[in-house]
Amino acid sequence: MNGWSALDRFLRTDPRDVGCAEAMEMLHIYAELVAAGAPVEERCPGVAAHLRACGPCNEDFDGLLAAVRGEVR
Amino acid sequence: MTEHLTAVAGLDAESAEWPAALASTGPRREEALARLHGLLLGIARGEVARRGPRLRLTGPELDDLAYQAAADALVAITSKLGQFRGESRFTTWAYKFVIFEVSAKIGRHFWRHPSVRLDADGWERLPDRFGFDPAQEAEWRDLLAALQRAVDEELTARQRRVFVAIVLNGVPLDTLVIEMSSNRNAIYKTLFDARRKLRAALAANGYTSDDGGRRS
Repeated sequence: MNGWSALDRFLRTDPRDVGCAEAMEMLHIYAELVAAGAPVEERCPGVAAHLRACGPCNEDFDGLLAAVRGEVR
Repeated sequence: MTEHLTAVAGLDAESAEWPAALASTGPRREEALARLHGLLLGIARGEVARRGPRLRLTGPELDDLAYQAAADALVAITSKLGQFRGESRFTTWAYKFVIFEVSAKIGRHFWRHPSVRLDADGWERLPDRFGFDPAQEAEWRDLLAALQRAVDEELTARQRRVFVAIVLNGVPLDTLVIEMSSNRNAIYKTLFDARRKLRAALAANGYTSDDGGRRS
């Protein structure tokens, strides 16, 4: 039952998740770290956990990372 | 838990010059404002183009949105220059503002042009949303009935409203933020607590994801 696995992944919460406010506050730093190839899962696990679970913040992160990498403009 | 981070060892010359120029007066400031606006507009256009295919927005609407986002981001940046602490390049910090403006304006667009009723009840869409196979309905019918019971009985009215809007009806979180006069963090936290409660309720009723269904 693949649907149950997908539903369970959605319902599963990570206690390290810092929430939107803190992730948004640090997003510029996090994006530069990712662009530089830094181990962000180790250095900022709470932001990484949040971006895995929050679609809107992850969308913002993808956009900022593209900007940092010069993929837009 | 607050994570303290910095992405740079020290402030580069360009990142030091930006806030100084923007806080100055006369031609130096005007030149910096025009240059930064150009950069922000480029980022905004790139971002709306990146998101555009999923938004059902046309070319002129996308360009208007990019212009508004760049202008509003410029205002926000100049009013918050004192908050730039040199933890990243100045341009990365500034780009964050324009990305957030694009997000907020897209959320507002969907609020004005909703494709679904915000208060509609979309339980019939849930199986498709999570990829439940219609041919195996006999296996998941009880699970979804248990989930619906938990939504009705375990969640607060606010949690239920957020769950129904986002999960059942596919309302963008940023649109619900506007509808409920709230902010992204508060709506996310409400949904986070709802997810935790619902998973606990399903587990208490014997549903685990390990075996794909109810424990015997």
